[in-house]
Amino acid sequence: MLKFLIPLLLFIILIVFLAIGLTNDPRYIPSPLMEKPAPEFTLPRLYAPTATFSPELLKGKVWLLNAWTSDCVGCRQEHPHLLELARQDIVSLVGLNYRDSNQLAKSLLEQTGNPYRIVVTDTKGSVGIDYGVYAVPETFLIDRKGIIRYKHIGPLGPDEIYGTLLPLIKKLKQEPA
Amino acid sequence: MKLTTQTRLSAVILLILSSLAVSVQAGVEVRKFSSDEQERRYHKLIDELRCLVCQNQNLADSDSQLAQDLRDKVYQMVTTDKTDQEVANYMVERYGEYVLYNPPLNSITSILWIGPIIGLLVAIFLLLYNIARRNKAKPVTLSEEDRKRTRKLLEDDSADDQKDDDK
Repeated sequence: MLKFLIPLLLFIILIVFLAIGLTNDPRYIPSPLMEKPAPEFTLPRLYAPTATFSPELLKGKVWLLNAWTSDCVGCRQEHPHLLELARQDIVSLVGLNYRDSNQLAKSLLEQTGNPYRIVVTDTKGSVGIDYGVYAVPETFLIDRKGIIRYKHIGPLGPDEIYGTLLPLIKKLKQEPA
Repeated sequence: MKLTTQTRLSAVILLILSSLAVSVQAGVEVRKFSSDEQERRYHKLIDELRCLVCQNQNLADSDSQLAQDLRDKVYQMVTTDKTDQEVANYMVERYGEYVLYNPPLNSITSILWIGPIIGLLVAIFLLLYNIARRNKAKPVTLSEEDRKRTRKLLEDDSADDQKDDDK
């Protein structure tokens, strides 16, 4: 009896592990940047190329950094939700235009609307590397001390925005700067 | 037009060769190194670092934009005399230990490293246990009655076989 039970038991354990594996998203890789200071950078702004932006300017505020490109499908998916979020005026949304042409980025925002308070242009992708961006769109939530508190990979939908982001933003706004 | 076997064969060979040529390596940027040592280190590093976009390829094999950027970064770091450890740390700080094809031994990865050894030890133990048990087993002895029955059964069986053959 035991002779059959042991292999059966092992088989069931194996199946359970494989089943758990199936529910995991292989594209989700936990970021080592979580709970670490947002990497500093200075980049030109899309609508004012002579002016620059760096995260330091938003110290003391809770803000979102959203990495996007004009040719990414997921970015178009989340775009209306970002516009809706911007309309509520709860949090500063900074767009990191990653490895894109300024012209294409501008024309897309003109066509579909601009949810960003500031758009910075990371033409060479070096800031993207510092933030460990590997699959646009990616969104970072940065607290008043300049620490990355949350990262989302892939398009943001209502579930992520209203279920996760907004409650977290509310909480972070109450923390001391 | 009829293809001769020979032309068909050479077409197949050509096809195989051309597909090989594509799959060799994507990381073929022309790089200049000040020493062979640097070049060797560069190739070793891009072989051991994973491309995050196409997860089952290394930086050397991947043609993605990010892999190209990261190869540039590795090149830049190697030519400015950064150690292999510094390059690996740079990548891990940004993308996590997932980028390393050769993960370091720590509390999270310990099961990866120790698991196979434990499996081997268990297998050896079970093997030795079974061998010992088999050696201990007593040979089966048959009584005279058993022998008679066995003989009878065997005879009946061969008689049946005979009948089958006759059919």
